[in-house]
Amino acid sequence: MHAMTLAQMARGLAAGEFSSAELVRHLLDRIGRLDGELNAFVTVTGDAALEAAQAADAARAAGTIGPLAGLPIAHKDIFCTAGVKTSCGSRMLDNFVSPYDATVVERLRAAGVVMLGKTNMDEFAMGSSNETSFYGPVRNPWDTSRVPGGSSGGSAAAVAARLVPAATGTDTGGSIRQPAALTGITGIKPTYGRVSRYGMIAFASSLDQAGLLTQTAEDAALLLGAMAGHDPRDSTSVDAPVPDYTAGLDAPLEGLKIGLVEQFMDEGLQPENAAAIEAALKVLEGLGATVRRISLPNIGLSVPAYYVVAPAECSSNLSRFDGVRFGYRTAEPRDLEDLYKRSRGEGFGAEVKRRIMTGTYVLSAGYYDAYYLKAQRVRQLIAADFRRAFEEVDVIVGPTSPTPAFELGAKVDDPVTMYLNDIYTIGVNLAGLPGLSAPCGFVDGLPVGLQLVGRAFDEGRILNVAHRYQQATDWHAQAPGGAFA
Amino acid sequence: MKLTRDEVESIAHLARLGISGDEIPPLADNLSRIIDFVQQLERADTEGVTPMAHPLNMTQPLREDRVTEPDQRDLYQQNATAVEAGLYLVPRVIE
Repeated sequence: MHAMTLAQMARGLAAGEFSSAELVRHLLDRIGRLDGELNAFVTVTGDAALEAAQAADAARAAGTIGPLAGLPIAHKDIFCTAGVKTSCGSRMLDNFVSPYDATVVERLRAAGVVMLGKTNMDEFAMGSSNETSFYGPVRNPWDTSRVPGGSSGGSAAAVAARLVPAATGTDTGGSIRQPAALTGITGIKPTYGRVSRYGMIAFASSLDQAGLLTQTAEDAALLLGAMAGHDPRDSTSVDAPVPDYTAGLDAPLEGLKIGLVEQFMDEGLQPENAAAIEAALKVLEGLGATVRRISLPNIGLSVPAYYVVAPAECSSNLSRFDGVRFGYRTAEPRDLEDLYKRSRGEGFGAEVKRRIMTGTYVLSAGYYDAYYLKAQRVRQLIAADFRRAFEEVDVIVGPTSPTPAFELGAKVDDPVTMYLNDIYTIGVNLAGLPGLSAPCGFVDGLPVGLQLVGRAFDEGRILNVAHRYQQATDWHAQAPGGAFA
Repeated sequence: MKLTRDEVESIAHLARLGISGDEIPPLADNLSRIIDFVQQLERADTEGVTPMAHPLNMTQPLREDRVTEPDQRDLYQQNATAVEAGLYLVPRVIE
Protein backbone atom coordinates (compact mmCIF):
# COMPACT_ATOMS: atom_id res chain seq x y z
CA MET A 1 0.00 0.00 0.00
CA HIS A 2 2.85 2.40 0.90
CA ALA A 3 4.54 1.94 -2.49
CA MET A 4 1.66 3.63 -4.31
CA THR A 5 1.99 7.11 -5.71
CA LEU A 6 -0.34 9.80 -4.44
CA ALA A 7 -2.37 9.57 -7.66
CA GLN A 8 -2.74 5.80 -7.18
CA MET A 9 -3.86 6.35 -3.59
CA ALA A 10 -6.42 8.93 -4.78
CA ARG A 11 -7.81 6.42 -7.27
CA GLY A 12 -7.89 3.65 -4.63
CA LEU A 13 -9.78 5.88 -2.19
CA ALA A 14 -12.26 6.96 -4.88
CA ALA A 15 -12.87 3.33 -5.93
CA GLY A 16 -13.41 2.27 -2.31
CA GLU A 17 -10.50 -0.21 -2.43
CA PHE A 18 -9.34 1.04 0.97
CA SER A 19 -10.25 3.83 3.38
CA SER A 20 -8.16 6.82 4.36
CA ALA A 21 -8.08 5.47 7.93
CA GLU A 22 -6.61 2.16 6.70
CA LEU A 23 -4.03 3.98 4.60
CA VAL A 24 -3.07 6.33 7.42
CA ARG A 25 -2.80 3.45 9.94
CA HIS A 26 -0.52 1.55 7.56
CA LEU A 27 1.77 4.54 7.07
CA LEU A 28 1.86 5.43 10.78
CA ASP A 29 2.91 1.85 11.48
CA ARG A 30 5.73 2.15 8.93
CA ILE A 31 6.87 5.46 10.41
CA GLY A 32 6.89 3.84 13.86
CA ARG A 33 9.00 0.92 12.62
CA LEU A 34 11.40 2.64 10.26
CA ASP A 35 11.88 6.25 11.30
CA GLY A 36 14.15 5.38 14.19
CA GLU A 37 16.84 4.75 11.61
CA LEU A 38 16.05 7.71 9.32
CA ASN A 39 15.13 10.45 11.83
CA ALA A 40 12.94 12.04 9.15
CA PHE A 41 10.23 13.17 11.58
CA VAL A 42 10.46 15.67 14.44
CA THR A 43 6.80 15.13 15.40
CA VAL A 44 4.31 12.44 14.41
CA THR A 45 0.68 13.50 14.86
CA GLY A 46 -0.88 10.01 14.82
CA ASP A 47 -4.11 10.61 16.74
CA ALA A 48 -4.98 13.80 14.87
CA ALA A 49 -4.14 12.08 11.57
CA LEU A 50 -6.49 9.16 12.29
CA GLU A 51 -9.27 11.56 13.26
CA ALA A 52 -8.79 13.57 10.08
CA ALA A 53 -8.71 10.37 7.99
CA GLN A 54 -11.95 9.14 9.58
CA ALA A 55 -13.54 12.54 8.90
CA ALA A 56 -12.46 12.26 5.25
CA ASP A 57 -13.91 8.74 5.05
CA ALA A 58 -17.20 9.96 6.55
CA ALA A 59 -17.35 12.86 4.10
CA ARG A 60 -16.69 10.44 1.24
CA ALA A 61 -19.56 8.21 2.40
CA ALA A 62 -21.80 11.29 2.52
CA GLY A 63 -20.71 12.27 -0.98
CA THR A 64 -19.28 15.65 0.03
CA ILE A 65 -15.67 15.36 -0.89
CA GLY A 66 -12.92 16.84 -3.06
CA PRO A 67 -10.30 14.92 -5.07
CA LEU A 68 -7.55 15.26 -2.42
CA ALA A 69 -9.57 14.29 0.64
CA GLY A 70 -8.06 11.56 2.77
CA LEU A 71 -4.63 11.67 1.10
CA PRO A 72 -1.69 11.63 3.54
CA ILE A 73 1.09 14.22 3.69
CA ALA A 74 3.88 15.39 5.99
CA HIS A 75 4.80 19.03 6.45
CA LYS A 76 8.33 20.34 6.77
CA ASP A 77 8.70 21.65 10.32
CA ILE A 78 9.15 25.19 8.96
CA PHE A 79 5.38 25.52 8.36
CA CYS A 80 3.34 26.70 11.32
CA THR A 81 0.73 24.16 12.39
CA ALA A 82 -1.91 25.25 14.92
CA GLY A 83 -1.55 23.43 18.24
CA VAL A 84 1.46 21.39 17.04
CA LYS A 85 5.13 22.04 17.80
CA THR A 86 6.81 23.98 14.98
CA SER A 87 10.55 23.80 15.65
CA CYS A 88 12.22 24.81 12.37
CA GLY A 89 14.89 22.28 13.36
CA SER A 90 16.14 24.62 16.08
CA ARG A 91 16.59 24.60 19.83
CA MET A 92 15.30 28.18 19.59
CA LEU A 93 11.79 26.90 18.73
CA ASP A 94 11.90 23.52 20.49
CA ASN A 95 9.22 24.81 22.89
CA PHE A 96 7.14 26.66 20.26
CA VAL A 97 3.56 25.51 19.67
CA SER A 98 2.20 27.53 16.79
CA PRO A 99 -1.03 29.40 17.54
CA TYR A 100 -2.02 29.35 13.85
CA ASP A 101 -1.70 27.45 10.55
CA ALA A 102 0.50 28.53 7.65
CA THR A 103 -1.57 29.23 4.52
CA VAL A 104 -0.08 26.13 2.84
CA VAL A 105 -1.16 23.97 5.79
CA GLU A 106 -4.59 25.62 6.01
CA ARG A 107 -5.30 25.16 2.28
CA LEU A 108 -4.27 21.52 2.19
CA ARG A 109 -6.23 20.81 5.38
CA ALA A 110 -9.29 22.49 3.85
CA ALA A 111 -8.92 20.18 0.84
CA GLY A 112 -9.09 17.20 3.21
CA VAL A 113 -5.39 16.29 3.02
CA VAL A 114 -4.33 14.47 6.21
CA MET A 115 -1.14 15.56 8.02
CA LEU A 116 0.84 12.65 9.50
CA GLY A 117 3.54 14.76 11.10
CA LYS A 118 6.30 17.34 10.80
CA THR A 119 9.59 16.55 9.11
CA ASN A 120 13.15 17.17 10.21
CA MET A 121 15.19 19.84 8.44
CA ASP A 122 18.41 21.82 8.62
CA GLU A 123 18.10 24.45 11.34
CA PHE A 124 16.06 27.37 9.96
CA ALA A 125 16.51 25.73 6.51
CA MET A 126 20.21 26.63 6.50
CA GLY A 127 22.11 23.65 5.17
CA SER A 128 22.48 21.23 2.27
CA SER A 129 22.83 17.95 4.19
CA ASN A 130 20.29 18.03 7.02
CA GLU A 131 23.19 17.84 9.49
CA THR A 132 22.51 21.22 11.15
CA SER A 133 19.21 20.16 12.78
CA PHE A 134 18.90 20.41 16.58
CA TYR A 135 17.22 16.99 16.35
CA GLY A 136 20.20 15.29 14.71
CA PRO A 137 20.91 14.39 11.11
CA VAL A 138 18.46 12.67 8.77
CA ARG A 139 19.80 9.59 6.99
CA ASN A 140 19.38 8.72 3.33
CA PRO A 141 17.27 5.54 2.90
CA TRP A 142 19.40 4.53 -0.11
CA ASP A 143 22.45 4.31 2.15
CA THR A 144 22.03 5.28 5.79
CA SER A 145 25.69 6.29 6.11
CA ARG A 146 24.92 9.14 3.70
CA VAL A 147 23.04 12.45 3.93
CA PRO A 148 19.65 12.93 2.27
CA GLY A 149 20.54 16.49 1.21
CA GLY A 150 18.93 19.55 2.70
CA SER A 151 17.41 21.57 3.94
CA SER A 152 14.17 19.61 3.29
CA GLY A 153 16.03 16.38 4.13
CA GLY A 154 13.35 14.90 6.40
CA SER A 155 10.65 15.43 3.77
CA ALA A 156 12.88 13.87 1.09
CA ALA A 157 13.88 10.83 3.18
CA ALA A 158 10.26 10.25 4.26
CA VAL A 159 8.98 10.25 0.66
CA ALA A 160 11.93 8.20 -0.66
CA ALA A 161 11.44 5.55 2.04
CA ARG A 162 7.71 5.51 1.23
CA LEU A 163 6.74 6.59 4.75
CA VAL A 164 4.49 9.21 3.14
CA PRO A 165 3.58 9.69 -0.53
CA ALA A 166 4.18 13.45 -0.42
CA ALA A 167 5.67 16.14 1.78
CA THR A 168 5.93 19.89 1.67
CA GLY A 169 9.31 21.58 1.52
CA THR A 170 10.82 25.01 1.11
CA ASP A 171 13.55 26.06 -1.28
CA THR A 172 15.70 29.16 -0.78
CA GLY A 173 18.76 27.99 -2.74
CA GLY A 174 17.94 24.40 -3.69
CA SER A 175 16.45 22.98 -0.48
CA ILE A 176 13.70 21.05 -2.29
CA ARG A 177 15.47 20.11 -5.55
CA GLN A 178 18.83 18.98 -4.10
CA PRO A 179 17.39 16.56 -1.48
CA ALA A 180 14.89 15.30 -4.08
CA ALA A 181 17.83 14.49 -6.38
CA LEU A 182 19.87 12.83 -3.62
CA THR A 183 16.97 10.58 -2.57
CA GLY A 184 15.60 9.67 -6.01
CA ILE A 185 12.29 11.55 -5.89
CA THR A 186 10.61 14.50 -7.61
CA GLY A 187 10.79 17.99 -6.10
CA ILE A 188 9.31 21.25 -7.35
CA LYS A 189 10.09 24.80 -6.30
CA PRO A 190 7.44 27.07 -7.83
CA THR A 191 7.97 30.63 -9.05
CA TYR A 192 8.72 33.18 -6.32
CA GLY A 193 5.34 34.41 -5.09
CA ARG A 194 3.32 31.50 -6.54
CA VAL A 195 2.71 29.96 -3.09
CA SER A 196 2.04 32.01 0.04
CA ARG A 197 4.86 32.38 2.56
CA TYR A 198 2.42 33.24 5.38
CA GLY A 199 3.22 31.07 8.38
CA MET A 200 6.37 29.70 6.72
CA ILE A 201 9.22 30.68 9.04
CA ALA A 202 11.32 33.16 7.09
CA PHE A 203 14.97 32.60 6.18
CA ALA A 204 15.65 34.85 3.16
CA SER A 205 12.41 36.55 2.20
CA SER A 206 13.32 37.46 -1.39
CA LEU A 207 14.29 33.84 -2.17
CA ASP A 208 12.09 31.57 -0.01
CA GLN A 209 9.38 29.58 -1.75
CA ALA A 210 7.24 26.62 -0.68
CA GLY A 211 6.93 23.51 -2.82
CA LEU A 212 6.57 19.75 -2.83
CA LEU A 213 8.50 16.49 -2.66
CA THR A 214 6.68 13.55 -4.25
CA GLN A 215 7.39 10.36 -6.16
CA THR A 216 6.15 11.78 -9.47
CA ALA A 217 5.45 15.01 -11.32
CA GLU A 218 1.80 13.94 -11.54
CA ASP A 219 1.61 13.83 -7.73
CA ALA A 220 3.19 17.27 -7.46
CA ALA A 221 0.67 18.63 -9.98
CA LEU A 222 -2.21 17.23 -7.91
CA LEU A 223 -1.14 19.08 -4.77
CA LEU A 224 0.35 22.26 -6.21
CA GLY A 225 -3.01 23.50 -7.47
CA ALA A 226 -4.39 23.32 -3.92
CA MET A 227 -1.37 25.11 -2.40
CA ALA A 228 -0.80 27.90 -4.89
CA GLY A 229 -2.56 31.20 -5.35
CA HIS A 230 -2.83 34.71 -4.00
CA ASP A 231 -2.92 35.25 -0.25
CA PRO A 232 -3.60 38.76 1.03
CA ARG A 233 -1.59 37.87 4.18
CA ASP A 234 1.62 37.60 2.12
CA SER A 235 2.29 40.86 0.29
CA THR A 236 4.75 39.13 -2.06
CA SER A 237 2.29 36.43 -3.12
CA VAL A 238 1.29 37.04 -6.70
CA ASP A 239 -2.30 37.74 -7.67
CA ALA A 240 -2.50 35.57 -10.79
CA PRO A 241 -4.89 32.73 -11.63
CA VAL A 242 -3.75 29.18 -10.76
CA PRO A 243 -4.11 26.79 -13.71
CA ASP A 244 -5.17 23.14 -13.33
CA TYR A 245 -1.67 21.69 -13.32
CA THR A 246 -2.96 18.16 -13.97
CA ALA A 247 -4.75 19.20 -17.19
CA GLY A 248 -1.56 19.81 -19.16
CA LEU A 249 0.50 16.87 -17.91
CA ASP A 250 0.03 14.76 -21.03
CA ALA A 251 0.62 17.51 -23.59
CA PRO A 252 2.97 16.23 -26.32
CA LEU A 253 6.57 17.49 -26.36
CA GLU A 254 6.78 17.82 -30.16
CA GLY A 255 8.43 21.13 -30.97
CA LEU A 256 9.50 21.80 -27.37
CA LYS A 257 12.79 23.69 -27.30
CA ILE A 258 15.14 22.66 -24.51
CA GLY A 259 18.32 24.51 -23.56
CA LEU A 260 21.15 22.66 -21.78
CA VAL A 261 23.24 25.04 -19.67
CA GLU A 262 26.79 24.65 -20.96
CA GLN A 263 28.32 26.09 -17.77
CA PHE A 264 26.75 23.22 -15.79
CA MET A 265 28.33 20.47 -17.90
CA ASP A 266 31.95 21.35 -17.11
CA GLU A 267 34.57 19.53 -15.02
CA GLY A 268 32.72 20.24 -11.77
CA LEU A 269 30.15 17.58 -12.68
CA GLN A 270 30.99 13.90 -12.21
CA PRO A 271 31.28 12.19 -15.65
CA GLU A 272 28.74 9.46 -14.74
CA ASN A 273 26.32 12.17 -13.60
CA ALA A 274 26.84 14.06 -16.88
CA ALA A 275 26.16 10.82 -18.79
CA ALA A 276 22.83 10.43 -16.93
CA ILE A 277 21.83 13.97 -17.96
CA GLU A 278 22.82 13.32 -21.60
CA ALA A 279 20.80 10.09 -21.59
CA ALA A 280 17.75 11.92 -20.18
CA LEU A 281 18.02 14.47 -22.98
CA LYS A 282 18.04 11.64 -25.54
CA VAL A 283 14.76 10.43 -24.04
CA LEU A 284 13.26 13.91 -24.31
CA GLU A 285 14.47 14.17 -27.93
CA GLY A 286 12.80 10.83 -28.59
CA LEU A 287 9.56 12.41 -27.32
CA GLY A 288 9.84 15.19 -29.92
CA ALA A 289 11.82 17.89 -28.13
CA THR A 290 14.89 19.58 -29.59
CA VAL A 291 17.94 20.24 -27.44
CA ARG A 292 20.57 22.92 -27.88
CA ARG A 293 23.34 24.25 -25.64
CA ILE A 294 22.72 27.65 -24.09
CA SER A 295 24.99 29.93 -22.09
CA LEU A 296 24.25 31.72 -18.81
CA PRO A 297 27.44 33.83 -18.70
CA ASN A 298 27.01 35.13 -15.13
CA ILE A 299 25.73 31.93 -13.51
CA GLY A 300 29.17 31.24 -12.02
CA LEU A 301 28.61 34.17 -9.67
CA SER A 302 25.33 32.85 -8.31
CA VAL A 303 26.76 31.09 -5.24
CA PRO A 304 28.77 34.12 -4.05
CA ALA A 305 25.80 36.46 -4.75
CA TYR A 306 23.54 34.14 -2.79
CA TYR A 307 25.94 33.98 0.17
CA VAL A 308 25.66 37.75 0.50
CA VAL A 309 21.92 38.18 -0.10
CA ALA A 310 20.68 35.15 1.88
CA PRO A 311 22.74 35.77 5.06
CA ALA A 312 21.85 39.49 4.93
CA GLU A 313 18.14 38.69 4.86
CA CYS A 314 18.63 35.93 7.44
CA SER A 315 20.35 38.26 9.89
CA SER A 316 17.40 40.62 9.62
CA ASN A 317 14.66 37.95 9.77
CA LEU A 318 16.20 36.08 12.69
CA SER A 319 16.46 39.23 14.81
CA ARG A 320 12.88 38.45 15.91
CA PHE A 321 14.19 35.58 18.06
CA ASP A 322 15.07 37.55 21.16
CA GLY A 323 13.94 35.31 24.03
CA VAL A 324 11.12 37.67 25.01
CA ARG A 325 7.79 36.70 23.40
CA PHE A 326 8.30 33.09 22.30
CA GLY A 327 11.05 30.56 21.79
CA TYR A 328 14.08 29.73 23.91
CA ARG A 329 14.97 31.97 26.83
CA THR A 330 18.23 31.67 28.75
CA ALA A 331 18.20 31.03 32.49
CA GLU A 332 18.60 33.95 34.94
CA PRO A 333 19.62 36.77 32.59
CA ARG A 334 21.53 39.61 34.29
CA ASP A 335 19.97 42.35 32.20
CA LEU A 336 18.12 42.81 28.91
CA GLU A 337 21.23 42.66 26.73
CA ASP A 338 22.35 39.48 28.49
CA LEU A 339 18.86 38.02 27.88
CA TYR A 340 19.12 38.73 24.14
CA LYS A 341 22.70 37.57 23.73
CA ARG A 342 22.58 34.37 25.74
CA SER A 343 19.11 33.35 24.48
CA ARG A 344 20.36 33.73 20.89
CA GLY A 345 23.81 32.30 21.56
CA GLU A 346 22.39 29.19 23.25
CA GLY A 347 19.28 28.87 21.05
CA PHE A 348 20.99 28.95 17.64
CA GLY A 349 23.37 26.31 16.26
CA ALA A 350 26.75 26.89 14.59
CA GLU A 351 25.60 27.26 10.95
CA VAL A 352 22.81 29.69 11.85
CA LYS A 353 25.29 31.77 13.86
CA ARG A 354 27.71 31.81 10.90
CA ARG A 355 24.99 33.07 8.59
CA ILE A 356 23.67 35.70 11.00
CA MET A 357 27.23 36.96 11.44
CA THR A 358 28.00 36.91 7.70
CA GLY A 359 24.80 38.87 7.11
CA THR A 360 25.54 41.32 9.90
CA TYR A 361 29.02 41.89 8.46
CA VAL A 362 27.91 42.49 4.86
CA LEU A 363 25.18 44.89 6.00
CA SER A 364 27.38 46.81 8.45
CA ALA A 365 28.40 50.43 7.94
CA GLY A 366 31.03 50.81 5.24
CA TYR A 367 30.43 47.40 3.65
CA TYR A 368 26.81 47.68 2.44
CA ASP A 369 27.65 48.97 -1.06
CA ALA A 370 30.59 46.62 -1.58
CA TYR A 371 28.71 43.47 -0.69
CA TYR A 372 24.92 43.78 -0.52
CA LEU A 373 24.31 46.27 -3.33
CA LYS A 374 26.96 44.59 -5.47
CA ALA A 375 25.28 41.19 -4.97
CA GLN A 376 21.86 42.62 -5.85
CA ARG A 377 23.38 44.04 -9.07
CA VAL A 378 24.94 40.67 -9.94
CA ARG A 379 21.57 39.09 -9.25
CA GLN A 380 20.06 41.35 -11.91
CA LEU A 381 22.71 40.09 -14.40
CA ILE A 382 21.89 36.45 -13.58
CA ALA A 383 18.14 37.06 -14.01
CA ALA A 384 18.83 38.79 -17.35
CA ASP A 385 20.86 35.74 -18.53
CA PHE A 386 17.83 33.54 -17.90
CA ARG A 387 15.48 36.00 -19.66
CA ARG A 388 17.70 36.04 -22.75
CA ALA A 389 17.91 32.25 -22.77
CA PHE A 390 14.12 31.95 -22.55
CA GLU A 391 13.80 34.00 -25.76
CA GLU A 392 15.34 30.98 -27.51
CA VAL A 393 14.12 27.97 -25.52
CA ASP A 394 11.03 26.91 -23.55
CA VAL A 395 12.70 24.95 -20.77
CA ILE A 396 16.25 25.05 -19.39
CA VAL A 397 17.86 21.86 -18.12
CA GLY A 398 20.94 20.72 -16.27
CA PRO A 399 21.96 18.53 -13.36
CA THR A 400 20.48 19.23 -9.93
CA SER A 401 23.56 18.48 -7.84
CA PRO A 402 27.25 17.98 -8.74
CA THR A 403 27.51 14.62 -6.91
CA PRO A 404 25.17 11.98 -5.50
CA ALA A 405 24.59 11.81 -1.73
CA PHE A 406 27.81 12.17 0.27
CA GLU A 407 28.76 10.59 3.61
CA LEU A 408 27.56 12.15 6.84
CA GLY A 409 30.25 14.45 8.19
CA ALA A 410 32.12 14.67 4.86
CA LYS A 411 31.60 18.41 4.35
CA VAL A 412 30.80 19.80 7.79
CA ASP A 413 34.23 21.31 8.40
CA ASP A 414 34.27 23.74 5.50
CA PRO A 415 31.14 25.86 4.97
CA VAL A 416 32.23 26.99 1.48
CA THR A 417 32.54 23.37 0.24
CA MET A 418 29.07 22.71 1.61
CA TYR A 419 27.69 25.85 -0.09
CA LEU A 420 28.94 24.62 -3.50
CA ASN A 421 26.46 21.72 -3.37
CA ASP A 422 23.84 24.18 -4.55
CA ILE A 423 25.85 25.51 -7.50
CA TYR A 424 23.21 24.43 -10.08
CA THR A 425 20.10 25.35 -8.10
CA ILE A 426 20.87 28.75 -6.52
CA GLY A 427 20.68 30.82 -9.72
CA VAL A 428 17.06 29.74 -10.16
CA ASN A 429 16.14 31.23 -6.76
CA LEU A 430 18.07 34.43 -7.48
CA ALA A 431 16.02 34.83 -10.68
CA GLY A 432 12.74 33.82 -8.97
CA LEU A 433 12.00 31.06 -11.52
CA PRO A 434 10.26 27.68 -11.08
CA GLY A 435 12.54 24.62 -10.94
CA LEU A 436 11.99 20.90 -10.67
CA SER A 437 14.25 17.92 -10.04
CA ALA A 438 13.30 14.50 -11.40
CA PRO A 439 15.24 11.25 -10.90
CA CYS A 440 17.28 10.42 -14.04
CA GLY A 441 19.57 7.55 -13.09
CA PHE A 442 22.07 6.19 -10.59
CA VAL A 443 25.75 6.79 -9.96
CA ASP A 444 27.43 4.13 -7.78
CA GLY A 445 24.00 2.89 -6.76
CA LEU A 446 22.85 6.34 -5.63
CA PRO A 447 20.15 8.40 -7.36
CA VAL A 448 20.89 11.58 -9.32
CA GLY A 449 18.50 14.24 -10.62
CA LEU A 450 17.71 16.14 -13.80
CA GLN A 451 16.81 19.77 -13.18
CA LEU A 452 14.16 21.52 -15.30
CA VAL A 453 13.74 25.29 -15.10
CA GLY A 454 10.77 27.16 -16.56
CA ARG A 455 9.78 30.73 -17.31
CA ALA A 456 8.14 32.58 -14.42
CA PHE A 457 4.72 31.02 -13.67
CA ASP A 458 5.32 28.21 -16.16
CA GLU A 459 5.18 25.44 -13.53
CA GLY A 460 2.69 23.65 -15.78
CA ARG A 461 5.33 23.27 -18.49
CA ILE A 462 8.07 21.77 -16.32
CA LEU A 463 5.53 19.43 -14.72
CA ASN A 464 4.42 18.41 -18.22
CA VAL A 465 8.00 17.71 -19.37
CA ALA A 466 8.81 15.79 -16.18
CA HIS A 467 5.59 13.78 -16.44
CA ARG A 468 6.22 12.81 -20.06
CA TYR A 469 9.79 11.87 -19.12
CA GLN A 470 8.47 9.75 -16.25
CA GLN A 471 5.99 8.04 -18.60
CA ALA A 472 8.97 7.00 -20.75
CA THR A 473 11.36 5.99 -17.92
CA ASP A 474 11.11 4.27 -14.56
CA TRP A 475 13.83 5.99 -12.49
CA HIS A 476 11.12 7.64 -10.35
CA ALA A 477 9.61 4.22 -9.57
CA GLN A 478 12.85 2.84 -8.07
CA ALA A 479 12.70 2.71 -4.29
CA PRO A 480 15.28 1.87 -1.63
CA GLY A 481 15.38 -1.82 -0.75
CA GLY A 482 16.35 -3.60 2.45
CA ALA A 483 14.36 -2.54 5.51
CA PHE A 484 12.56 0.15 3.49
CA ALA A 485 11.10 -2.14 0.80
CA MET B 1 41.45 38.55 4.43
CA LYS B 2 41.56 37.34 8.02
CA LEU B 3 39.06 38.60 10.59
CA THR B 4 40.55 39.37 13.99
CA ARG B 5 39.18 38.27 17.33
CA ASP B 6 38.01 41.83 18.00
CA GLU B 7 36.20 42.01 14.68
CA VAL B 8 34.39 38.73 15.35
CA GLU B 9 33.35 39.95 18.81
CA SER B 10 32.15 43.24 17.38
CA ILE B 11 30.02 41.51 14.69
CA ALA B 12 28.57 39.19 17.35
CA HIS B 13 27.70 42.23 19.47
CA LEU B 14 25.96 43.95 16.54
CA ALA B 15 23.91 40.75 16.05
CA ARG B 16 23.27 40.46 19.84
CA LEU B 17 24.68 36.96 19.63
CA GLY B 18 26.42 35.58 22.69
CA ILE B 19 29.47 33.55 21.64
CA SER B 20 31.94 31.78 23.88
CA GLY B 21 35.71 32.16 23.69
CA ASP B 22 35.99 28.69 22.15
CA GLU B 23 33.66 29.65 19.31
CA ILE B 24 35.72 32.66 18.23
CA PRO B 25 38.68 31.00 16.42
CA PRO B 26 36.53 28.70 14.21
CA LEU B 27 34.11 31.57 13.53
CA ALA B 28 36.98 33.87 12.56
CA ASP B 29 38.32 31.19 10.22
CA ASN B 30 34.92 30.31 8.68
CA LEU B 31 33.75 33.91 8.25
CA SER B 32 37.08 34.86 6.67
CA ARG B 33 36.73 32.03 4.15
CA ILE B 34 33.13 32.99 3.36
CA ILE B 35 34.07 36.64 2.87
CA ASP B 36 37.02 35.71 0.64
CA PHE B 37 34.66 33.52 -1.37
CA VAL B 38 32.01 36.21 -1.92
CA GLN B 39 34.67 38.73 -2.93
CA GLN B 40 34.63 37.09 -6.39
CA LEU B 41 31.65 39.37 -6.98
CA GLU B 42 34.14 42.19 -7.54
CA ARG B 43 35.05 40.74 -10.92
CA ALA B 44 31.53 41.27 -12.30
CA ASP B 45 31.03 44.40 -14.36
CA THR B 46 27.88 45.94 -12.88
CA GLU B 47 28.36 49.48 -14.17
CA GLY B 48 24.89 51.02 -14.67
CA VAL B 49 23.02 47.93 -13.38
CA THR B 50 20.17 48.68 -10.96
CA PRO B 51 20.31 46.52 -7.82
CA MET B 52 17.48 43.99 -7.78
CA ALA B 53 14.68 44.85 -5.35
CA HIS B 54 12.32 41.98 -6.24
CA PRO B 55 13.09 38.76 -8.14
CA LEU B 56 10.31 39.41 -10.65
CA ASN B 57 10.74 43.19 -10.51
CA MET B 58 7.20 43.58 -9.15
CA THR B 59 6.10 46.38 -6.85
CA GLN B 60 4.53 45.99 -3.44
CA PRO B 61 0.73 46.07 -3.44
CA LEU B 62 -1.10 48.53 -1.18
CA ARG B 63 -4.22 47.91 0.85
CA GLU B 64 -6.49 49.94 3.07
CA ASP B 65 -5.30 50.22 6.65
CA ARG B 66 -8.10 48.35 8.40
CA VAL B 67 -8.18 46.18 11.51
CA THR B 68 -8.44 42.58 10.32
CA GLU B 69 -7.04 40.53 13.20
CA PRO B 70 -8.97 39.75 16.40
CA ASP B 71 -7.32 40.12 19.82
CA GLN B 72 -5.60 36.79 20.58
CA ARG B 73 -3.15 37.98 23.19
CA ASP B 74 -3.83 35.14 25.63
CA LEU B 75 -3.29 32.54 22.92
CA TYR B 76 -0.04 34.13 21.77
CA GLN B 77 1.28 34.54 25.30
CA GLN B 78 1.06 30.80 25.90
CA ASN B 79 4.40 30.64 24.07
CA ALA B 80 6.11 33.18 26.34
CA THR B 81 8.40 32.15 29.21
CA ALA B 82 7.34 34.98 31.54
CA VAL B 83 4.14 37.03 31.38
CA GLU B 84 2.13 38.92 33.96
CA ALA B 85 -1.19 40.74 33.56
CA GLY B 86 -0.92 40.40 29.78
CA LEU B 87 2.59 41.85 29.67
CA TYR B 88 5.83 40.15 28.65
CA LEU B 89 8.36 40.20 31.48
CA VAL B 90 12.05 40.99 30.93
CA PRO B 91 14.84 41.93 33.35
CA ARG B 92 14.48 45.40 34.85
CA VAL B 93 15.67 48.05 32.36
CA ILE B 94 15.34 51.23 34.49
CA GLU B 95 16.53 51.15 38.11
